[in-house]
Amino acid sequence: MNELATGRLTVVLPVNGTDYPLALEPRRTLLDALRDDLALTGTKKVCDMGDCGACTVLLEGRAVYACLLLAVDCAGRRVTTIEGLGGDRLDPVQEAFIRTDALQCGFCTPGQILSLRALLDTTGAPSDEEILRAVTGNLCRCGAYVNILRAGRLAAELQAVRGRSAHAALSPR
Amino acid sequence: MPRFHLDKLRTGDGEEDEYRVREVTGLPAWGRDAALGIVGRALPRVEGPEKVTGRARYAYDVRLPGQIHARVLRSPLPHARVRGVDTRRAVALPGVRAVLSAADAPAMEWYDGSALFDRTVRFEGDEVAAVAADSEDIARDALALIEVDYEPLPFVLTLEEALRPGAPRVRERGNVAGEPKVYRRGDVDAALAGADVVVDEVYTTQTALHNCLEPHGCTATWDGERLTLWDSTQAIFDVREEVAAKLGLPEHRVRVIKQHMGGGFGSKQVAWKHTVIAALLARRAGRPVQLMLDREAENLAAGNRNATRQRVRLGATRAGTLVAIVAQIEQAGGAYMVGGEGSNTASIYQTLYRCANVHTEQVTVYTNTGPAVAFRAPGHVEGAFALESAMDELARALAVDPLELRRRNHATEDQRRGRPYTSPDSLPLCYDRIVEAFGWSRGGRLAADGPRRRGVGVAAHDWGGAGYPPGYAWIKLNADGTAEVVTGTQDIGTGTRTGLTQIAAEELGLPVEQVVLHLGDTGTGVYAPVSSGSATQATIGPAVRAAAAEARRHLLEAAALMLEVSAGDLEIREGRISVAGAPDRALGVADVTRRIAPHMIQGHGARGPNPEGKAVRTFGAQCVEVEVDVETGEVRVLRVVASHDCGRIVNPALVDSQVFGAVTQGVGYALTEERVVDARSGVVLNANLEEYKIPTVADVPAIVHARLDHPDPEANSTGAKGIGEPPLVPTAPAIANAIFDAVGVRLRAVPLSRRRLLDALAGRA
Repeated sequence: MNELATGRLTVVLPVNGTDYPLALEPRRTLLDALRDDLALTGTKKVCDMGDCGACTVLLEGRAVYACLLLAVDCAGRRVTTIEGLGGDRLDPVQEAFIRTDALQCGFCTPGQILSLRALLDTTGAPSDEEILRAVTGNLCRCGAYVNILRAGRLAAELQAVRGRSAHAALSPR
Repeated sequence: MPRFHLDKLRTGDGEEDEYRVREVTGLPAWGRDAALGIVGRALPRVEGPEKVTGRARYAYDVRLPGQIHARVLRSPLPHARVRGVDTRRAVALPGVRAVLSAADAPAMEWYDGSALFDRTVRFEGDEVAAVAADSEDIARDALALIEVDYEPLPFVLTLEEALRPGAPRVRERGNVAGEPKVYRRGDVDAALAGADVVVDEVYTTQTALHNCLEPHGCTATWDGERLTLWDSTQAIFDVREEVAAKLGLPEHRVRVIKQHMGGGFGSKQVAWKHTVIAALLARRAGRPVQLMLDREAENLAAGNRNATRQRVRLGATRAGTLVAIVAQIEQAGGAYMVGGEGSNTASIYQTLYRCANVHTEQVTVYTNTGPAVAFRAPGHVEGAFALESAMDELARALAVDPLELRRRNHATEDQRRGRPYTSPDSLPLCYDRIVEAFGWSRGGRLAADGPRRRGVGVAAHDWGGAGYPPGYAWIKLNADGTAEVVTGTQDIGTGTRTGLTQIAAEELGLPVEQVVLHLGDTGTGVYAPVSSGSATQATIGPAVRAAAAEARRHLLEAAALMLEVSAGDLEIREGRISVAGAPDRALGVADVTRRIAPHMIQGHGARGPNPEGKAVRTFGAQCVEVEVDVETGEVRVLRVVASHDCGRIVNPALVDSQVFGAVTQGVGYALTEERVVDARSGVVLNANLEEYKIPTVADVPAIVHARLDHPDPEANSTGAKGIGEPPLVPTAPAIANAIFDAVGVRLRAVPLSRRRLLDALAGRA
């Protein structure tokens, strides 16, 4: 039985713009593949059963719980983790979290940020209700919720400002 | 350098032949009106960029070459004798690298007389065996192959069961842990007999689970006889001491590192078994081992807030003066006393109100459930629920405004030792703040809206949070004028790095960007105590300031030579050293440090003693408004206004966050959180984050922090005191009191669940 479980499948996992060929047990979750096979430990393991949202990543742009997905089922599908956000400059959501002190211990933070990133990718000017809905599946035991909601609003503003300035930079006078 | 004092210890009438060390820095405290430029600013957390990018590395994130994963086999029964453990099939499983059980673990004593893998398991979740394997999945497979022969034993789960005559014994010596703690002052019997009004009620509180998002755990690796542990702990030096003792290693061969921690809330302040198990497995496997608890184990075997039963009697005059306070307290300690900050439910009865006649008795009881451990203001949260509910009942009986009743019984000294408080005015100031910010007024209950009723409630609290010696810090100035602060304290997510960096930058006169702080490493840090008791800022802040003051003095001495003035004529601000009154004669800090490099300016600092003959304490109060649906029993907390004395506010944004977070936890404690144990099997039914209900973002009320920035220069040289735990203390009783205000029924048990509320509304007890 165990031999079956440990038989490996070769898949390519596209994570943060890089294709990773991996030989994985079929039972390996996307969460364990990210953390243990790719050492992308920004995605956190808390409940490992879909209760808390700490392992939230983007799969083809949608916020999903990485602990509820088998890695082999994600073959060829675009995965974005917290390490894939930002770049030379922090993502507006990341910047907003720092500016509003929307974190304490920081363990739920990557998941919160990716849930809000998914929202802002589809809704540039979300309502308070939409911001709240976006993070209702992300538990925070430190109780940073008050500031997480503020961060969501600020992130939308920062994104809009950046969008305008990027647009202004590209438009001929 | 600090000066060392040797004082004879006085005990009672005699002098004991012992000495103690008092390290006095001679540094004057920042006054109440000191013009500070960096301390007091809402600077963003210094580790924010690491945390929002996923770069912050927690114990769970350590990835070492060859690292393998460990899992622990735990007892499925609440009480059993382990007749045999057969690990042969697990050992034979491919990918398994080490197995450990009672059959082959080294003998070492744990938790008041038990063993690492004890032959008797005393709660569901007690450690039976452990496996290290190439993956977590394989380790879990291996656990399923271990055969354990259990002989089930009778068990007790609750205070009532444990205290029943002839009850099954959790421990051989009986079910009461240690001696009852008795405190008396005055004559309560006479005072109760003479009181105009007496409240006499029983209150109960539930077992609550910490549920830190990062579970307890450790990554252990050996380099020859040197052991390094990345432990998710609030106390790196305590873990080092205990692991070294258990494994028979000298302390300098054990290094404990904790850079970031995904929550502790008190539960990570003792050296738990899993750290030593990880070290033993790593030695046996010859590889680094990561042993993190899964969510179920986290909820079974990594601590909880003890359930209590408290009979409270308050006696008062008709004018509302308390004449007697009596509390008989039972606490459910679980199967073991694991140490750390004790749960002292009795203490708030002794201190919060002025009262000449006080009697408290507290017993801690063993039960066949997971061990209790400190949980954010341990004991105080439980005691405050009962005392502050009873005060509300007393106010109703006297027909006095509950806030007014509290003001009339305000205490200005620690009555246990007859010591005046350094901040006797701070609790009345908190009352003023919440009255103003909340719009507190009695009477005029808001009109009913269909089945919904609104009510308001108030509760107060006190707490320690003074900090204490010893604790140390070093400062080193680099050639380029940047500074590094070295301490051995921990940042458990509260913002310690940031607050201490602000203290150092303020004293050094450097921009905060030019200061970096190192902590969380016994190998490089100097001693600091456990991060608990809301004490870290008030303990290490003064040590950091003392170290910075010494470095600053040396820096100015060097600059004085270069500027050909006396050091006393120099001032330093924003990294510029200038002659007072002649700002043109100036040097940059880097001009001085470069000139003397590679010689180095250093500073050493120690935490001095607390003031003699005085008591340093923190206080606070909260008002809440609730809406109760009398048809469904739903309680919504609409808003909370909180004001808390933490002395000088070093960073308002971080203090706000502590208040928001603690109130949020208080809402969960009040309304939804409770570990549920099946009475027949002794199995915990909700050891997960689905059925153990912590607040979500949708449960959070509007929270207003009515700041009280009230420096306490007598407390320590920074004037700052603790804030981490206190704002959790009054939330639950304030909610219970608001529910009474709304619907006229008194709930004397937390959680204030829908079932309890509907039963009470229907007249069922």
